[in-house]
Amino acid sequence: MTSPVLTASVAGIGFWARGLPSWESARAFVASGELPEAAPTRPSPQLLAPNERRRAPDTVAVALDVALAACTAAGRDPATLASVFSSTHGDLAITDYMCETLATDPGSISPTRFHNSVHNAAAGYWTIGAGAMTPATAISAYDASFGQGLLEALVQLATGSEAVLLVGYDGAATGPLAHVSRSEGLLGGALVLVRDAVPGQPRLQARLQQATDPGIADTGALARLAAGNAMLPMLPLFEALAQRQPRATIVAGHGKALGMEITYD
Amino acid sequence: MPPVAILAYTATTALGPGREAQAQALRERRSGLRHNDFGGEGRLDCWIGRVAGLEDQPLPAAWSQWECRNNRLAWLALQQDGLMDVVAHVVARHGADRVALVVGTSTSSIGASEEAYTRLAGTGEAKRFPADLDKPMVHTPHSLGDFVQHATGLHGPCITVATACSSSAKVFAQAARLIEAGVVDAALVGGVDTLCGSVLYGFNALQLVSPEPCKPFDSTRVGLSLGEAGGFAVLERSDSSNEAHPQLRGYGESSDAHHMSAPHPQGLGAQLAMRDALARAGISADAVGYLNLHGTATPANDSVEAHAVAMLFPDELHASSTKGWTGHTLGAAGIVESVVALLALEHGELPGTLNSQQRDPACGQQIRFDNARRPIQYAMNNSFGFGGNNASLVFGRA
Repeated sequence: MTSPVLTASVAGIGFWARGLPSWESARAFVASGELPEAAPTRPSPQLLAPNERRRAPDTVAVALDVALAACTAAGRDPATLASVFSSTHGDLAITDYMCETLATDPGSISPTRFHNSVHNAAAGYWTIGAGAMTPATAISAYDASFGQGLLEALVQLATGSEAVLLVGYDGAATGPLAHVSRSEGLLGGALVLVRDAVPGQPRLQARLQQATDPGIADTGALARLAAGNAMLPMLPLFEALAQRQPRATIVAGHGKALGMEITYD
Repeated sequence: MPPVAILAYTATTALGPGREAQAQALRERRSGLRHNDFGGEGRLDCWIGRVAGLEDQPLPAAWSQWECRNNRLAWLALQQDGLMDVVAHVVARHGADRVALVVGTSTSSIGASEEAYTRLAGTGEAKRFPADLDKPMVHTPHSLGDFVQHATGLHGPCITVATACSSSAKVFAQAARLIEAGVVDAALVGGVDTLCGSVLYGFNALQLVSPEPCKPFDSTRVGLSLGEAGGFAVLERSDSSNEAHPQLRGYGESSDAHHMSAPHPQGLGAQLAMRDALARAGISADAVGYLNLHGTATPANDSVEAHAVAMLFPDELHASSTKGWTGHTLGAAGIVESVVALLALEHGELPGTLNSQQRDPACGQQIRFDNARRPIQYAMNNSFGFGGNNASLVFGRA
């Protein structure tokens, strides 16, 4: 039995990478190769209070920044959307801190850093900041993290939800952990996906299939810019949307891929 | 929602390996908690729910690249109650591509990363993990999902859900959706979490660890006892071949939108999750015969949860926390306490609450300290996590 076709319209897109602080700048970069001048080195998620904005882990900052941008682009109230947060490693800098502190002075663990160490930290801060009492999940599937997050979002639409927010992000590894859990820079992408077709919005038709090219080599402009980040496997979809390409393939894990036909009208 | 058949279920906790160990200890009101003997010197003065013998049970050689305490517990839990035979049955029936694997954990195998930091080779920037722990897959949240995928040979979607202490309740919801959408016909769901420094010292830093065995819903409670556990269930699209099995009838998921580590003061998120689960099951609250509470024995959780339960359920409900038996098994709590709810549904033996004597005045009549015996039609399970992440499940007889 083959896998069903799952459909969604892309109502809003959010994007952040070092040098490209918005989806608009990412699209311009894909088209012309030009980077905006004086791009900020860290996102400033407006959903958080100013003191929390500075203190938030990088991964939380980038996830909340792209999530809000996608909702704004979609004209959706963030409080109304169910959300799927996907990250390969969560916040590696906090994992490094926890392991280092436990090895040297376990009694001095920071309670805030501990509760920020959960994989659903970004999802938690998002729901708190947005006032969203809607379902939120946080998943990992290694290199298929974005692919499985996208599949879960599409499946939510297929089983009764009208709209869902999908966020993919990863940050930089630090300390001895960086030699083992590899990830560099800071990268986030978000999509507001809606069930019904909307004129003017890209329409995805996705199907789980055997991966013909297990590596799914991504040589696009965004992939070169964000090289080394663990959330790189999400970029083929963002590259395709930026260039209005009719097809994209995302790694879904263990020899599987999520193949997508994309129509624009 | 369309009901989903539960062909098999199992849990391994401080009470022992497999369902019968859980059922017997619950019946005899025998706690699995012991004084903290986990780790080296300078241990916290507290009680833990530790799974015996993991230190002496390395993974089979074929799986050595996933070697760590969490995956050892996953392996041990997979071997109980004929679970692997039922996995083989659904693979034979539907094909490995049509069986999803959705597992939950909060810390996955971070215990291995913690150990690596105590045995680093080199100095400064050149510090490296020791060779035996230089295995990328063990130091990432998907360690659990990836190991179980390889150990079972399943080839459907494979996901690790990590929403703290609601993780392995949410796996039922995600798997039910994958089946309803037609992406798969069956799923192996579950959860595994093991004791490690992060959770012992982290919860201690939040001043949530009790120096004595936890006392859920007791007015003198001061905090939780941490535990470790693994458990699994095999789900299949409901049809005439599996109508004798218990079923997942509803799930509800919500967010508190309140605080990272404290529950909403009126338990609004908890109420939303429970209402949504009942609505999806198409039943009224008075149809529920047993509710396994999150009941961590922290001062905040229990009074808020008792209030939320009193807002929804009649006094006749038998609701209890089983954390006094197993400790709070974090990302495994969802599957462990779903197994407790399913045992109550199948055998009509409803656990009470262990270690607790003085009822918190916040408790409604629903909160029970004594065990009871009576046949029930529906059982529920609540699991709530950091970040205000809530999940509630409804199980029913076919």
